[in-house]
Amino acid sequence: MTDSLDPRVNRLRLNNIDAPFTIEEGENWQAYEVFHQEKRGAHHEHVGCVHAPDPQMALIFAKEQFGRRKKCVNLWVVRSADILAFDLEDEDMFANNMEKTYRDASGFKVMEKINKFKGKP
Amino acid sequence: MENLIKELVTKMADDALILGHRNSEWTGLGPVMEEDIAFSSMAQDKIGHAWALYRMLQEMEGGQDPDQFAFLRPESEYKCCHLTEMPIGTYEFSLMRHFLFDHAETVRYNSLLESGFLPLQQLAKKVKGELKYHTLHADAWIIQLGKGGEESHAKMQAALDNCFPLATGIFEPGPDDTQLSDIYPGEKILQERWMDSIYPVLTKAALNIPEKVTPAYGGRYGQHTPYLHGLLEEMGEVFRQDPAATW
Repeated sequence: MTDSLDPRVNRLRLNNIDAPFTIEEGENWQAYEVFHQEKRGAHHEHVGCVHAPDPQMALIFAKEQFGRRKKCVNLWVVRSADILAFDLEDEDMFANNMEKTYRDASGFKVMEKINKFKGKP
Repeated sequence: MENLIKELVTKMADDALILGHRNSEWTGLGPVMEEDIAFSSMAQDKIGHAWALYRMLQEMEGGQDPDQFAFLRPESEYKCCHLTEMPIGTYEFSLMRHFLFDHAETVRYNSLLESGFLPLQQLAKKVKGELKYHTLHADAWIIQLGKGGEESHAKMQAALDNCFPLATGIFEPGPDDTQLSDIYPGEKILQERWMDSIYPVLTKAALNIPEKVTPAYGGRYGQHTPYLHGLLEEMGEVFRQDPAATW
């Protein structure tokens, strides 16, 4: 088998499958989730992801991909693999939320009272 | 005096324009998408610096339109150093050039924060944050690849051996540098500060600065490598078709 034009394929060393296979640090890139902060003290909001060999490079890439258009004061990056989530089939745990309207904060008509108060001379 | 300041601004502007153009040649060809975007964006920053400097020249006595000045001069009137003219070569070459050049820019603009020439002082304030990102990006790559195993280290060392003599050409002394002492500290001092700035990063990356170096001088006096000609041809190709067009 001849070498591929794609260095990523060559790095798999398919020519020599019996030889011991080691992965150097930083050789396997990982996905990092990127969180964007619009102003100091504001929540960081998830905006997308980047691929990088380590967290430092992930932050550097994130700055150009997610920090150069709209206002930005800081970014977080988190390894995607470190995020814990529910399984898709567990969606039914959330199914009855819609019926429990008494838990809904919009039930309190506070704004009306506030506006009424503000309207007083 | 004004002529000496013009010389200084012109060489800074030409360096930024030519290297910005060179680095933009990687757009779409970068090793990974994320890096492609970052490198292209920084190339665009360089063109922005060049534009600001050409605008500064325009405001001075006998100043010309920035586009005309950038695209229509004869080759011998460009003052860029040889480092910026070289073809993009391999990615490690381009990264090493970016690292050495942007550290040089950083020490230069930092020194201009106290310049007696107000427009340069103001520009130095404006580009400070941008340059901080450029060197952060460059340092991370140099260290990452310098420590990335035998093959990677050998490529980075070769790139440094190749780039270093060219990079010392950034600091080619001018005949009247001493007269500019109110404007900036002069090339010799900038080169010393540059060495202090790159040395810790190269140490972390386990890369050695070559010992015997012949600086690539000539660019500041209009003597260029054969590569500049092709670049200027390509860069001005569209502009020359109708130099009076409004963009």
